[in-house]
Amino acid sequence: MEHSSLAGRIFRGVALTLVLVFFMFPIVWIFLMSFQSNEQILRIPPSILFEPTLSNYQALISGQLRTTAGNIDIPFMRNLMNSFVLSSAAVLLALLLGVPAAYAFARFKFKLGETIAFTLLSFRFAPPLLVLLPLSLYYQQLGLSDTYFGIVWVYQLIALPLILWIVRGYFEDISPDIEHAYRLAGHSWREAFTRIAVPLAGPGIAAAGLLSFIFCWNNFVFALILASADKQPVTVGALAFVTASGIQYGQIAAAIVLSVTPTLLLALYAQRYLVEGLSLGAVKG
Amino acid sequence: MGMLELQNVDKVYRSRGKPPVHAVRALDMTVKQGEIVALLGSSGCGKTSTLRMIAGFEDVTSGSIALDKRRIEALPPARRKVAMAFEGYSLYPPLTVRENIAFALKAQQLSRGEVTRRVDAIARLVEIEDILDAYPRAISGGQQQRVSLARALVRDADLYLLDEPMGQLEPQLRAVLRGRIKGLLAERGMTAIFVTHDQTEASALADRIAVMEDGILQQFASEKELKSRPANLFVASFIGEPPMNLLETELARADGGYRLSIGSDMAFHIPGGAIDAVARTMLDEMRHVRVGIRPQKVAVGTGDVRVRVVSNQWLGDQSHVAGECAGRLLIAVTPSKVAARPGDTISFGLAPRHLHIFGADGNCIRHAEVS
Repeated sequence: MEHSSLAGRIFRGVALTLVLVFFMFPIVWIFLMSFQSNEQILRIPPSILFEPTLSNYQALISGQLRTTAGNIDIPFMRNLMNSFVLSSAAVLLALLLGVPAAYAFARFKFKLGETIAFTLLSFRFAPPLLVLLPLSLYYQQLGLSDTYFGIVWVYQLIALPLILWIVRGYFEDISPDIEHAYRLAGHSWREAFTRIAVPLAGPGIAAAGLLSFIFCWNNFVFALILASADKQPVTVGALAFVTASGIQYGQIAAAIVLSVTPTLLLALYAQRYLVEGLSLGAVKG
Repeated sequence: MGMLELQNVDKVYRSRGKPPVHAVRALDMTVKQGEIVALLGSSGCGKTSTLRMIAGFEDVTSGSIALDKRRIEALPPARRKVAMAFEGYSLYPPLTVRENIAFALKAQQLSRGEVTRRVDAIARLVEIEDILDAYPRAISGGQQQRVSLARALVRDADLYLLDEPMGQLEPQLRAVLRGRIKGLLAERGMTAIFVTHDQTEASALADRIAVMEDGILQQFASEKELKSRPANLFVASFIGEPPMNLLETELARADGGYRLSIGSDMAFHIPGGAIDAVARTMLDEMRHVRVGIRPQKVAVGTGDVRVRVVSNQWLGDQSHVAGECAGRLLIAVTPSKVAARPGDTISFGLAPRHLHIFGADGNCIRHAEVS
């Protein structure tokens, strides 16, 4: 698809710019907002010329939210830390469970295999609200509510199916004969799995891991119901900015910048793997 | 260095919602030490399943496999002392060609110098010295196949399994490599089994050929014997190029021998003395048999069968003449040029001593006399 005509090139440029503005504008605007005070943000007409202030970031990092009605404590940095801990632990656990499971589903045919794989996938499209009420009751009975472990556990509903299905496609694309050749040379199948299959599926595993990290990071409703303030991630913690004396737009913007930066950097860094990993998993029939 | 014995081996593939597939049936086969054996057959005949059962990638449904008197059918592949070259090459993508071949030697714990020496030697043999530092992705299919072959042959194993080892190579290179690999196998007394659907390759490389069809071993013999004494109709029509002419005949006793007639136009008389006693008792109970004659044994220009020429091709060293007689097509191959044109009528000679006779069950009752 080579558009070499002048009109074609101009059209492409315009279209690209439109798409770019559409997707980038909110990010740029939030970024600018995070350096403005609430008054500057709310003035009409809005202006891009302002005196930048770091007070929003200061407030977040010190945990003191100054409002007209007085100071409020917000554990934003703790929320950010929680997000890191919860998402990383959830992805780690999902990789430990999901990669061997994906290998088993890809290589071995066993009774109910497809049914189990599909059931795991169906967790992805069941609405979370459907399971939340029974889940919160179970969690209270089991003593899992308001624990890090409990949230990591419930995050498996998000991370495990993703990893399982993406990595499975990857394993299926690797010819089993490569592992066979390795096993004939005097190695056990466990070695063939760790030394041949996992490294060859590496990009797919990385992509699945990154993607499930982002999904876990973005989750809101599980942590809202199942955890209390000191264990909640940033997505839930952001609610604290809706205060009695108004909404603190500046701090919200700063909080958003801080909370999307890790995933944004991760996605930018791993973009190549993500595209490669996901398309490879998707193209195979 | 091993002798391989397969006894009563069966392989059934079962998958849910589909009827089970009986890929290999009651296979008995003994490969002598140092012997090179070809598994020959069309796609889906069970030859690759057999190879993979020996390697250990498919379970044996029933039966036993022994290598050097050691039962191996329940051992994991790593402990069978078997080397294999795969049809799909199966090279490790992150390793160079040299590392791929050396990888196979890892388990043997050789010194670094010895590994290099062996890799170089085998690379020279299959002509891949110039790509030893390339990655599998960067080389052609034919080169990958040679690397895969080298990776199998470089090892010290009791048995070498080669799945379509030369399918991707150019004809000249294939001929050269066949000779070299046969030399290598013979020199070191290596026992090898290879799968192929190419008759030329089977006869050029193998000491004995196992012809398989429908999961059943049809015949296991040298190429010469397969041609001169085919066990049944399948082997008769499968081996040989062009295939054997086969004709339905009616059988009757006459003059102390047998009269085989094809319609009202053609008839052969086989004297009773030319057939042994066992075959005679079998023939006495039959009314219909099939006769076969190799195209190379059909005489052109002499004889009493009048045919209308359908095609006549000169291939540079031999003529293939197809003639029609009473609705049946006969092929003759002769080393000289034939002047006939399509539509002409010429004579074909089918001497009774060149006839193979097959019973209704397809098994051969009487072979042609070896001349």
